[in-house]
Amino acid sequence: MTKINIDIQDKTFPAAGGAQPHQAIADLHFNLHSNEFVCLVGPSGCGKTTLLNIIAGLDADYQGKITLDKRGGVPNIGYVFQNPRLLPWRTIRENIALALPEEIPDTTIDSLLATMNLSDMQHVYPERLSLGMSRRVAIIRAFAIDPDILLLDEPFVSLDPPTARQVRRLLLQLWQQRPHTILFVTHDLREAITLADRLIFLSAPPMHVLSEIPVDIPRTQRHDEAAIEAFRQLLITNHPKIKNLL
Amino acid sequence: MNKQLRINLHSPRVLHVLSLLLFLGLWQILASYLNSMALPQPLTVALVLRQEIASGQLPHHLSITLLRLLVSFGIAMLCGCAIGIALGRNRQLDYFVDNWLVILLNIPALVTIILCYIWFGLTESSAILAVVINKLPNVVVTIREGARTLDQDLLEMARSYHFGRRKTFRHVIWPQLHPFVMSATRTGLALIWKIILVVELLGRSDGMGYQLHLFFQLFDVASILAYTIAFVAVIQLIETLLLKPLDKQSQRWRR
Repeated sequence: MTKINIDIQDKTFPAAGGAQPHQAIADLHFNLHSNEFVCLVGPSGCGKTTLLNIIAGLDADYQGKITLDKRGGVPNIGYVFQNPRLLPWRTIRENIALALPEEIPDTTIDSLLATMNLSDMQHVYPERLSLGMSRRVAIIRAFAIDPDILLLDEPFVSLDPPTARQVRRLLLQLWQQRPHTILFVTHDLREAITLADRLIFLSAPPMHVLSEIPVDIPRTQRHDEAAIEAFRQLLITNHPKIKNLL
Repeated sequence: MNKQLRINLHSPRVLHVLSLLLFLGLWQILASYLNSMALPQPLTVALVLRQEIASGQLPHHLSITLLRLLVSFGIAMLCGCAIGIALGRNRQLDYFVDNWLVILLNIPALVTIILCYIWFGLTESSAILAVVINKLPNVVVTIREGARTLDQDLLEMARSYHFGRRKTFRHVIWPQLHPFVMSATRTGLALIWKIILVVELLGRSDGMGYQLHLFFQLFDVASILAYTIAFVAVIQLIETLLLKPLDKQSQRWRR
């Protein structure tokens, strides 16, 4: 069942401050299935954040159409930005509660905090948290609203590898408890293979889809570094088109 | 020596008291040395102060001035915040209004006061209006600065999580404007209470300004100083009892 259909013909930033107009996206199409975990992989600066902002409805200045097969009303989108974007003057719990629509009970926050090992920190202000913790809070906030789609924009950059691994594991755990459609942007292919059901490779600007490749490693074997590496090697030999991305 | 009598010279409270005592001491020495009507001794001023409070004169005029201060300050802050936010968020409007602000900022306070009295009569509302016009541009400029530097990332976050106008203002915008509002409040109080006395002196028949004018004509320096002390004390009370706790409360999230 197709749940979300993304079809962007053109996104061009107008000329500003002496710079030429910049076409960021051209003829980009792909679908997302219900509760699917999809990773977008592309070179940095290729316009992935622009794409997420369009899907999130923050940028309406483009040619094309985003169709969400939603449960009625405005689409509910959980966005985990590259920086956690927490309100520094509100506690962790308040930050999550503020994003929560009224119909969702407060107990949701308790269980999410418990899953992410943050129950003890809920009344602390964000400035006292490490980056890894803040990222976890941002993920909780996105899951808490029970979104139609979850957008994650390189949420694990600038975390040290053990912390990134831990947060990645917690994210998967959360996703398995509460299945949602996830669109996860990264430039780290190993990370993408570890997480995704399907990889979508994107070109340099003007951005379009280079190829879509399902990841067929069973979820139970994803922790095995060797299996990930083998899959990566296979990609490189079988898909010359995306070679320069790898 | 008895240990309990030792005073810690490094404690801020002790330093405060010492500096105040030194000030009074210097005043006393100077007054005794000059022995002139122009500078009465601290004790004389204190006696006048007590007498003025007991007679009800000083509380009466002080409260009238404070009421004017409160009303004009409230109007100026409310309008100033609204205009400042609008200008900070809308560049075209800002370009358009900027000249007016520059003109308003540079008109001497005395000119606005005189013109208000001439145009709108020697009434309470023209007195208030004159103070508001003097204070408003300062508030606008300060708040505009704050509204210009609002964090776009957080505003985007609020939009994508459907915060709505009220929630966005209360939880995202206001906390960022708060330091600017506090700064406008502080400079505003200092500015308004200086202007308000001139307003009263020129066109009112009560309030501190009127009384000071009266004492000036009588060459009654002791009363002038007594009223000044009362006024400074009240402003200081507002600062310590109202503004400082507000500041502390709103900054509690900082590391």
